[in-house]
Amino acid sequence: MTAYESWREFAANSGLFFFILLFAGATAYALWPSNREKFRRAAETPLRED
Amino acid sequence: MAPTDAPATKSVTVSEAATTLLFIALATLAGFIASRAHTPAYAFHAALFALGSIIAVFALLKRYELRDVEAPAQFIDGRPNYNYGPIRFCALAALFWGVAGFAVGLYIALELAFPAFNLDLPWINFGRLRPLHTSAVIFAFGGNVLLATSFYVVQRTCRTRLAGEIAPWFVVLGYNFFILIAGTGYLLGVTRGHEYAEPEWYAILWLVVVWVVYLIVFLATLAKREEPHIYVANWFYLAFIVTVAVLVLGNNAEIPISVFSPKSVIVWAGVQDAMIQWWYGHNAVGFFLTAGFLGIMYYFVPKRAERPIYSYRLSIVHFWALIFLYIWAGPHHLHYTALPDWAQTLGMTFSIMLWMPSWGGMINGLMTLSGAWDRLRTDPVLRMLVVSVAFYGMSTFEGPLMSVKTVNALSHYTDWGIGHVHSGSLGWVGFVSFGALYCLIPWVFGRKLYSLKLVDWHFWIATIGIVFYISAMWVAGIMQGLMWRAYTPQGFLEYSFIETTDALHPEYVIRAAGGGLFLIGALIMVYNIYKTLRAPSAASATEFSPLPAPAQ
Repeated sequence: MTAYESWREFAANSGLFFFILLFAGATAYALWPSNREKFRRAAETPLRED
Repeated sequence: MAPTDAPATKSVTVSEAATTLLFIALATLAGFIASRAHTPAYAFHAALFALGSIIAVFALLKRYELRDVEAPAQFIDGRPNYNYGPIRFCALAALFWGVAGFAVGLYIALELAFPAFNLDLPWINFGRLRPLHTSAVIFAFGGNVLLATSFYVVQRTCRTRLAGEIAPWFVVLGYNFFILIAGTGYLLGVTRGHEYAEPEWYAILWLVVVWVVYLIVFLATLAKREEPHIYVANWFYLAFIVTVAVLVLGNNAEIPISVFSPKSVIVWAGVQDAMIQWWYGHNAVGFFLTAGFLGIMYYFVPKRAERPIYSYRLSIVHFWALIFLYIWAGPHHLHYTALPDWAQTLGMTFSIMLWMPSWGGMINGLMTLSGAWDRLRTDPVLRMLVVSVAFYGMSTFEGPLMSVKTVNALSHYTDWGIGHVHSGSLGWVGFVSFGALYCLIPWVFGRKLYSLKLVDWHFWIATIGIVFYISAMWVAGIMQGLMWRAYTPQGFLEYSFIETTDALHPEYVIRAAGGGLFLIGALIMVYNIYKTLRAPSAASATEFSPLPAPAQ
């Protein structure tokens, strides 16, 4: 295997895991039950008048 | 002994002094470069920089003379003293550039249908007017809409005044000056020849300074927010600002051949240049034309529908999925080229995965209307916003489809691509911008919109125009692709290139008609806004107006 091919494979595989982890993290943050109230309030932000 | 209640004397702030000195230095430098420029076009641009800097110095002095002793209050009676000045400027600049960009688009559509329209003049041939059209609509119209709405949304959702006093004006005026340099450059033949990245090094250098100040103003405003949570629209705007900075720097890694020459040489060679160009090009679509305008969707659709976004959780997943997927989709612009096969497949795969965040976002926008669908009948502004989201869904369905290699073999280099781009730009970006401006301009000028009836006319005329445009381009593109690959039984190509071009004439005429309708719609909008601004200031205007605009 050439250096190009091994680096390419390393980059592709580590990138895959990195993105899966990030996506899992973002989804967990979005769905975490204790964040429910925070997000409900945040969704009202544009509608609250000052 | 001086009385203690004597008015404080006005003193020059550090930022006023520094900005003035920098503009004096820039005027001197630009004047020097103008005197030694290698080409007349570059001398003209250097002179424009010098003139612009001198005007900036006078504007700063005049501003100092007219301003109050104290800096504007952050709060008035416990309410944030929002800064609407730069927003007003950008909102009106967007209308101007929009009409100009649509008109140039119509003209080049007519040039394609009837080539005699180029009048044999170099300055108005298709090759020079085409980047003028794309830059005018994307960067001038779209850019000003994004500046105006981002400065509005970040203030309103953070409940704080925009950070800085001179900096926001530097951003909006500096950005429009960049547009002026870029646009006049195309007509004079100054170009890097990179699609959507045509401006030469000195224009980009200026843009980078403006953009960094934009980022700082945005971050500083977020930093002094009164709300605990940063509303999702700001996340999209921030992604747009940061990513555009990275993209522009990456795709403009170039060395000017001389400070007295407009010409520069990019450091990437061959296929690397192509890959960086389309990494830039597709993310200009993903982060300028999508993330930024999704920021608009996430504020203006809930605001206009008077109900919160359908799912805030979905908006978070939408944001992160979109950000991580889009950045990899660029290689689908280089199928069947010298780009490594794995990179082409990667671009295609990520494009197909983009279906999910795109449709998640569309569903989030559309379902916000659930329980209020009747509003579409009575409020043409909301209808415009909602139809824009539908076009977003449609063009982001079409895009991944076209990125599949076998489909791309037929669609690439044909007018199908042009049709796809315009269903996204006219339908999604155009309509969401019009909808946002119909809301924003009455809000920031403290007026009531002159006529909803005219908005209705704008909506239907522009919609019919888009349908003409995109259906003509589908037919043209598929016909073109099939004619290019048609062989005779003897194995020769069946059609010469000129025959395939000739066959497109009817579709080109229909396309020009569609573009003409879209332009008429925009002119109706300009008239409507003109009448809105001519009306006496209605401080008590209640039609969707959040509050009477506080004094500047």
